[in-house]
Amino acid sequence: MNAPVSYDPHADAWTTPLDQLDPGNPARFQDDTMWPTFARLRRDAPVHYSTTSPMFGPYWSVTKYKDIMAVEVNHKAFSSDSGFGGISIRDRPKELQLPMFIAMDPPRHDDQRKVVQPIVAPANLAKLEGIIRDRVCTILDGLPRNETFNWVEHVSIELTVTMLATLFDFPYEDRRKLSFWSDCATAAPEAGGYIDSEAKREEVFAECLAYFTDLWNQRVNADPRPDLISMLAHGEATRNMTPREYLGNLILLIVGGNDTTRNSISGGVLFLDRNPGEYAKLRANPGLIETMVPEIIRYQTPLAHMRRTAVQDVELGGQRIKAGDKVVMWYISGNRDPEAIEEPERFIIDRKRPRQHLSFGFGIHRCVGNRLAELQLKILWEEILKRFDRIEVVGEPKRVFSSFVHGITDLPVRIPG
Amino acid sequence: MPQVTYIEHDGTAHQVELEEGLSVMRGAVDNGVPGIDADCGGECACATCHVFVEEAWLERTGEPSEQEASMLSFAATAQPNSRLSCQITMSAALDGLVVRLPEAQH
Repeated sequence: MNAPVSYDPHADAWTTPLDQLDPGNPARFQDDTMWPTFARLRRDAPVHYSTTSPMFGPYWSVTKYKDIMAVEVNHKAFSSDSGFGGISIRDRPKELQLPMFIAMDPPRHDDQRKVVQPIVAPANLAKLEGIIRDRVCTILDGLPRNETFNWVEHVSIELTVTMLATLFDFPYEDRRKLSFWSDCATAAPEAGGYIDSEAKREEVFAECLAYFTDLWNQRVNADPRPDLISMLAHGEATRNMTPREYLGNLILLIVGGNDTTRNSISGGVLFLDRNPGEYAKLRANPGLIETMVPEIIRYQTPLAHMRRTAVQDVELGGQRIKAGDKVVMWYISGNRDPEAIEEPERFIIDRKRPRQHLSFGFGIHRCVGNRLAELQLKILWEEILKRFDRIEVVGEPKRVFSSFVHGITDLPVRIPG
Repeated sequence: MPQVTYIEHDGTAHQVELEEGLSVMRGAVDNGVPGIDADCGGECACATCHVFVEEAWLERTGEPSEQEASMLSFAATAQPNSRLSCQITMSAALDGLVVRLPEAQH
């Protein structure tokens, strides 16, 4: 891998001068050594300004739960608009910006979001439950026994692309294109993977857009149906989108449905393997799945942050943030804030208020698919417990080079039996 | 203490005594009334303490704030009498309040 910057992943987060800390360094997320930096910031500089990042330029880091909440609910001062840089720490070149409703402010955000929101209405979730269970059973019944395989590849990715293909009414045999496009959308060119430049990413985006334009044309000429493409093609606020805006919203839905739940699926297996006491509790009482699912989502925090841009001067945690400044809300840190969550470093499957976590964000941009994500995880664990005594993690997980997607690419497991 | 009645989607009613100054959300969560999730803990930052206020009480519970209205506008089951229960503060004037719960919170 070509590391873009010189760094020492083992430098002591507690002794480095505060102004030298760069909490967004993706290398730290890849080797899982970012935790002490956030603990230090929560203690010594909860709203911290970094000027040393070679990848991201200067940015504020908000690391405590209550300060993150304050930014979340103040969307008038903290914009999500892609014109200012959007919702992730990395600025994209102006000409390559992707408009999508997560990276818009009201009123446009509200209008477009409301077009897709019905996909997760209670009645539709109830319909999806049966489909999810069928797919989960097929996937789990096809897993090898007594041999090592990559859980991410065989289960986490397979289940989430299947779900997305259902929501889009996307050709099932091509479903792996969805995870490919998702990975390409979020890959850092510095990571040494397939996407090694923005030009390469744009090539993939063009392919994605062409594929989905065919689907749009089919749906727009047919009666409205309850799939996401049809909803966008017929929705008043979305039917006249430019191709670039259609692409942006597709990428939002693809990444939102892929990279997130995928990593909570993988994380859950890892956390239960590393916490045998909790696994024993679960086996003894499968009813705990209900509270375990949000705990998995907190503990993984599949999106490590969301970014905003200040559009006015604001005071936060005693610091003066100026209009134009980049502000990063580190959900992954707020979710480990002991002032908000009791014993946050521990994975505890029967917490009293397990849904009080930041992983879905809060305020008007709160994750549309939150309850669908929980439903997928719930069904998955119900079916796992029916089939397997245990899933052994037999090697170290490999992690994504990213401080946005907090993800696992390889999780070697073995199912005895 | 003033009383609130919560009626679950299936019709089950729960009567709760609620100290003045506390939110209607708090009354449900602290007394184990199912059907109110309150993910954000009362910050008006999600829409998972959504309730329908009975017609007779609408005037006394007042209008939602701008932030509350925008959170509610994303709730699939929202109706004109929808409120976020974390934004209704208990008072003597609300003694006897009746709220109904949607089929799910999200």
